Amino acid sequence: MNKKIAITQKKTPFSIFLHKFKQRKTAMIAGIFIVLLVLIAVFAPLVAPHDPFKVDYGSSMMPPSFEHPAGTDLYGRDILSRIIYGSRISLAVGFTSVFVGALAGVTLGIISGFFGGFLDGLIMRTSDVLFAFPGILLAIAIVAILGPGLVNVVVAVSLFSMPTFARIVRGSTLALKESLYVRAATSLGASKKRLMFVHILPGTLSSVIIYFTMRIGTSIITAASLSFLGLGAQPPTPEWGAMLAESRDYIGVADHMTIFPGAAIFLTVLFFNLFGDGLRAALDPKTK
Amino acid sequence: MIKYFLKRLISILPVLFVVSILAFAFVHLLPGDPARMMAGTDADEATVEMLRKEMGMDRPLPIQYLTYMKNMATGDLGKSLRTKLPVYDEIMLRYWPTMYLAITGMAWSVVIGVLFGAAAAVYNGRWQDYTAMLLSVSGISVPQFWLGLLAIQLFAVHLGWLPVAGYTGKFSELILPSFTLGATVAAVMARFTLSAFLEVLDEEYISTARAKGVAEFLVMWKHAFRNALIPVVTMVGLQFGFLLGGSVVVETVFAWPGIGRYMIEAVGVRDYPVLQALLLLYSFHFVFINLLVDMVYALINPEIRYE
Repeated sequence: MNKKIAITQKKTPFSIFLHKFKQRKTAMIAGIFIVLLVLIAVFAPLVAPHDPFKVDYGSSMMPPSFEHPAGTDLYGRDILSRIIYGSRISLAVGFTSVFVGALAGVTLGIISGFFGGFLDGLIMRTSDVLFAFPGILLAIAIVAILGPGLVNVVVAVSLFSMPTFARIVRGSTLALKESLYVRAATSLGASKKRLMFVHILPGTLSSVIIYFTMRIGTSIITAASLSFLGLGAQPPTPEWGAMLAESRDYIGVADHMTIFPGAAIFLTVLFFNLFGDGLRAALDPKTK
Repeated sequence: MIKYFLKRLISILPVLFVVSILAFAFVHLLPGDPARMMAGTDADEATVEMLRKEMGMDRPLPIQYLTYMKNMATGDLGKSLRTKLPVYDEIMLRYWPTMYLAITGMAWSVVIGVLFGAAAAVYNGRWQDYTAMLLSVSGISVPQFWLGLLAIQLFAVHLGWLPVAGYTGKFSELILPSFTLGATVAAVMARFTLSAFLEVLDEEYISTARAKGVAEFLVMWKHAFRNALIPVVTMVGLQFGFLLGGSVVVETVFAWPGIGRYMIEAVGVRDYPVLQALLLLYSFHFVFINLLVDMVYALINPEIRYE
């Protein structure tokens, strides 16, 4: 037998996942768009046709044209360029806040599920309290304490992503703790730290990854909402939500000011959600 | 049954306690001296000292907390820093507009969401399914404030069919905000109903019903739909909390005179007694709605009672 065939026939969990994921066309396309979006954000200065901060009162609120494909805003700034620079903020805020929330939530969830008892009770009751505030209200309260600004928005959004991660991981940890391979590792004398982070953690990751992807969309919307309400990014920062706040007073006068920045949020979140759906379907052992 | 209800009722007490402590601590978590903040930046030391005494802030924290709770129980939520009027009165002025908005938003979105989800399940894999799910994933991805602005742009400004914003008690003013507020919920409900429905369709009693020759229509609507609705009830409760949160954004877009917009105004002018009271109000609503949902769930699903 030829060695090459033997390798391709070997079915690792990852190759099964890849096979299933490739069947989900919409998720694949969404994934490609996300990569494209990240590239646009990274190379914003090269991609943007104009300087996003350049004020030109002579061309205030111009409708879309060849020169300005998405038109200009009140100060004559090029909206397309502002959207392109805005992608940096939205992607960074979305990703960072979910990452911090996941890191803290996963750690707390494993500790909670593994040790049980008092620690478990404490962590779960705390997350109950966090759940008692609807996400955006919690964020508003935190921003009210810390003051408006993007960093505080990240803190707020991380904090309310945390309890869900903790719950998901706690659930999987409880199940995995009783599994045969963890018991085997215990009987071989593995330390608690090793059991938690080498044996149990990888088993919880698939649900964490799914939720992570789904959460990025929600976080981008929440961050944009806070900026729209005037609590996040402050002008003249080219943030999508803040741009929409500026457009509010010119509805019916300059519709393009509302349409384009909002479409940017919508499409970005849509791609993350479609991608997350595909991941869920591919990682779910029940689907073929 | 009663034992389960009591157990559930008792389980929310610690949550309410901690929430009340957090709301109380809120003013103390803020940077700076609360008394000075309430007196204003240009007040002299004597005024600040007088205010501190008056608000009882010179006493130990646990005593302050007890006074705070005692006042709250009698409906005394303090005075707004901006208008100097009692916070309770200010909130009551705005409470019902928010509730109208939340309840109408909830009502249409649950009905439409469940119908779309059920249709997607019945026509699983066909164009009805794809259309419903495309609408649903779009509904989840759309930022509410953008949807609201677009709705104003189209239906109020360009077509002129509906009022742009504000609320004076007319039904026509309720349509656009209620549509905007409910859109995400409808989308979530549709997805959730679809998956609950598909799960039920896998059950053996569905195969049994089909095997004994029950008409497909009856299998779907009598056997499957009713059982699929059980988990959907839980979702309705969770979504109501989400809706109350969303009302903050939607009320701001539509200049709706509710507590959501009031909260944003209060953040803007640092009206802390108002913020404190609103935080408490929102979280109590949320906790009690969850409690109610659990009870309804126990009523319709006997399994849970024997846990």
